[in-house]
Amino acid sequence: MTIKEKEEEVIEEFSFFEDWMAKYEYIIDLGKNLNGYPPEQKTPENIIKGCQSQVWLHAYMDGEKLIYKADSDALISKGLISLLVGVLSDQTPADILSNKLKFIEEIGLNEHLSPNRSNGLSSMIKTMKAYAIAFSK
Amino acid sequence: MDLAIQANQKIDVQKVREDFPVLHQKVNGSPLVYFDNAASTQKPKQVIEAISNYYKYEHSNIHRGVHTLSLKATEKYENARGKVQAFLNAPKPEEIIFTKGTTGSINLVANGFTTLLKPGDEIIISYLEHHSNIVPWQMLCERTGAILKVIPMNEAGELIYAEYEKLLSRKTKLVAVNHVSNALGTINPIQQIINQAHQYGAAVLIDGAQSVSHFKVDVQALNADFYVFSAHKLYGPTGVGILFGKEEWLNKLPPYQGGGDMIKTVTFEKTTYNELPHKFEAGTPNIAGGIGLGAAVDYIETLGVNNVGAWEDELLHYAVDKMKTLGTVRFYGTAKNKAAVISFLLDGCHPYDVGALLDQQGIAVRTGHHCTQPIMDWYKIPGTLRASFSFYNTKEEIDKFIIALERAQKMLL
Repeated sequence: MTIKEKEEEVIEEFSFFEDWMAKYEYIIDLGKNLNGYPPEQKTPENIIKGCQSQVWLHAYMDGEKLIYKADSDALISKGLISLLVGVLSDQTPADILSNKLKFIEEIGLNEHLSPNRSNGLSSMIKTMKAYAIAFSK
Repeated sequence: MDLAIQANQKIDVQKVREDFPVLHQKVNGSPLVYFDNAASTQKPKQVIEAISNYYKYEHSNIHRGVHTLSLKATEKYENARGKVQAFLNAPKPEEIIFTKGTTGSINLVANGFTTLLKPGDEIIISYLEHHSNIVPWQMLCERTGAILKVIPMNEAGELIYAEYEKLLSRKTKLVAVNHVSNALGTINPIQQIINQAHQYGAAVLIDGAQSVSHFKVDVQALNADFYVFSAHKLYGPTGVGILFGKEEWLNKLPPYQGGGDMIKTVTFEKTTYNELPHKFEAGTPNIAGGIGLGAAVDYIETLGVNNVGAWEDELLHYAVDKMKTLGTVRFYGTAKNKAAVISFLLDGCHPYDVGALLDQQGIAVRTGHHCTQPIMDWYKIPGTLRASFSFYNTKEEIDKFIIALERAQKMLL
């Protein structure tokens, strides 16, 4: 699936939620179900700056594709980074860099998350893109 | 708070809420519940109008014009200084310096002490300080070779007084502590702290950012050498604050910044400085801010600062009792003498998650380390949630807060 297709999937999923509680319950569940972050990568260097909670991001190449792994000590942050990993992981660095993400705005996370978290979200995306630049040839 | 606040009149909460336009709005679909007063208080229309009227009808530069508007603006600004003087019961208006805020006031004093300290001199602060009452002193120590000492705290978030007594010596030149802890709400025994420091000839600076809005402060009775606070935590505008300093101390300190208004004569060879308070007020000041602060002082004096404190105290006890019934709240800062600040965590929940879910329900609290990382390190936690009350808060709002907490917890566990 392309990044665009994955974004459409997320947007559709969120269109079913009728209130903030349903939306946040979903994000929290995503957070609870995000596993598999390598413990040895839980280093201070891998913490994304600009988030109020601790969010770790690790990235590596698997063939042509860039793989992201992430974790957080807060569930909502973990759910948010899980959404981003779901959309951006397993894509080529070139695709990651050429796509301007639109789903965050479309599912109303920009306006509903507090500024600090919103900044956290943009820091997450910035860091993920920085990895894509680093792994571009 | 157990320091008996002498309240003579109960606050009519519904009536005072009418003075605060910002409170009458919905946030994320729910009526706003504003419990982030320790970070900044909201502004009554009396303050907003004072600022607005100043810009509409009275604005001019102060202290130098001969024309009517300038004289009027100067009079208003200096009247505001007088109001603050009376509010703190300071002996003289020239002992009241307008600054940018608490941080600005502390930096002014810390900068001034550069010339008064020598290597090996000691400065005492406490574990409970805000970063703005830590970092300027660390920088001062780096400049002068002075040594920073820290009064430790106990589990309840109270200073260990016996340790303070041990730290004091003839080497102590300055003691800087807060009156009320912003992170935990602890009210410190500053009267004792000041008296004891004076026995060693040390000056004392009190960070009053969290105290002046809750109870009456009398700098003469306290015998404080410096007392500082911010207007925006006292229902006034941002960007303006106060440094009270005893005349003898302010005369010992060199000017902080150079510029207009702080000079008496300027030639290229030598400049002589203006008298207090202008010596410390270089450049065109925040005139509207000063006037707004004056209006805020009037507002709080009309309500009676101790009446305000008594209601906030009632809210504090009401909230703590309700929160205890949840059975999952861990409180941080349980001092016997405490202002209306509740720092807490919900078992098994990250504070940021709880804060975000409260925000979704229209409730504003603070999450994080509250600019007091040493306190968080002491408890070995990354941060807390902090609910802090003002006289415009109600018990009904606390009930909503409890329901919202329960809901957040249910969603997160």
